[in-house]
Amino acid sequence: MAISREEIFKKVQDVLVDALGLDEEDVTEEATLMGDLGAESIDFLDIVFRLEKTFNIKVPREELFPAESVLNNPEFVSGGKLTAKGLAELKARMPHTDLTDFAKDPDVNKIADLFTVGAIVNFLDAKLNG
Amino acid sequence: MRWIWIDKFLEFESGKRAVALKNVTLAEEHLHDHFPGFPVMPECLMIEAMAQTAGILVGQARNFQEKVILAKIKKAVFYHYVRPGDTITLHAQIESISPEAASTEGEIRRGHDLIARISLMFSHIDKNLSGKRFPEENFVFTDTFCSLLDGFVQQESSEGRS
Repeated sequence: MAISREEIFKKVQDVLVDALGLDEEDVTEEATLMGDLGAESIDFLDIVFRLEKTFNIKVPREELFPAESVLNNPEFVSGGKLTAKGLAELKARMPHTDLTDFAKDPDVNKIADLFTVGAIVNFLDAKLNG
Repeated sequence: MRWIWIDKFLEFESGKRAVALKNVTLAEEHLHDHFPGFPVMPECLMIEAMAQTAGILVGQARNFQEKVILAKIKKAVFYHYVRPGDTITLHAQIESISPEAASTEGEIRRGHDLIARISLMFSHIDKNLSGKRFPEENFVFTDTFCSLLDGFVQQESSEGRS
């Protein structure tokens, strides 16, 4: 049964409010998980578990949050920036995220900003309705 | 140091749930300071007791091959004081478990009274914190912890235990 993007957002919002101890109004589509919402690495696992339970699907962590494995590969990172190869890899692994702005200056420190609430919603939308 | 806040297991269902028991006694020195004239078990130690109950449950589910570390207290709500002379039971169940981590739900009870609800996240640290190296031996599950399970679970091997 199809579930609307709006319904997905509402459920993701509930998950993040519980997992990160936030107020509902903090969790906007544009909010970044680490920068704006204060998520740490263990929270990502918590969020994955909660999303799996809420949507009754399997959510492989490396699919939803693929940057870790990209960053750990020396071929993909050079001088604190993603290489062309790394950028291509990240694009391939994050098809639900718009990387246009990031590609102009692919500083690894900015990767955290790519994980927005909207990116999770896009991922789930593609998974559930794709 | 013997940092063990459960006395024994009462029930143990591998990979699913466990019930442990703790007797609280004035022989525990900290109760005299917490608080003078009004001894109550500190809530942080109730969380630790739950972390031990649930942590052993999570560790045993992977045959103690993972180093299981308490990573996050998702929820801890307390409804009553626990006093010397009380016997509390710690009921833990695994909610989710993956190669990297596990989450558990738990309740502490005294008889039929609900004392606390505690939900925890555990990390299998070798699978996380990419790049960092930890000692080979499993420093989490020492024999003291594992002996709590004697009679409940057949240990398939002692590998991974220090």
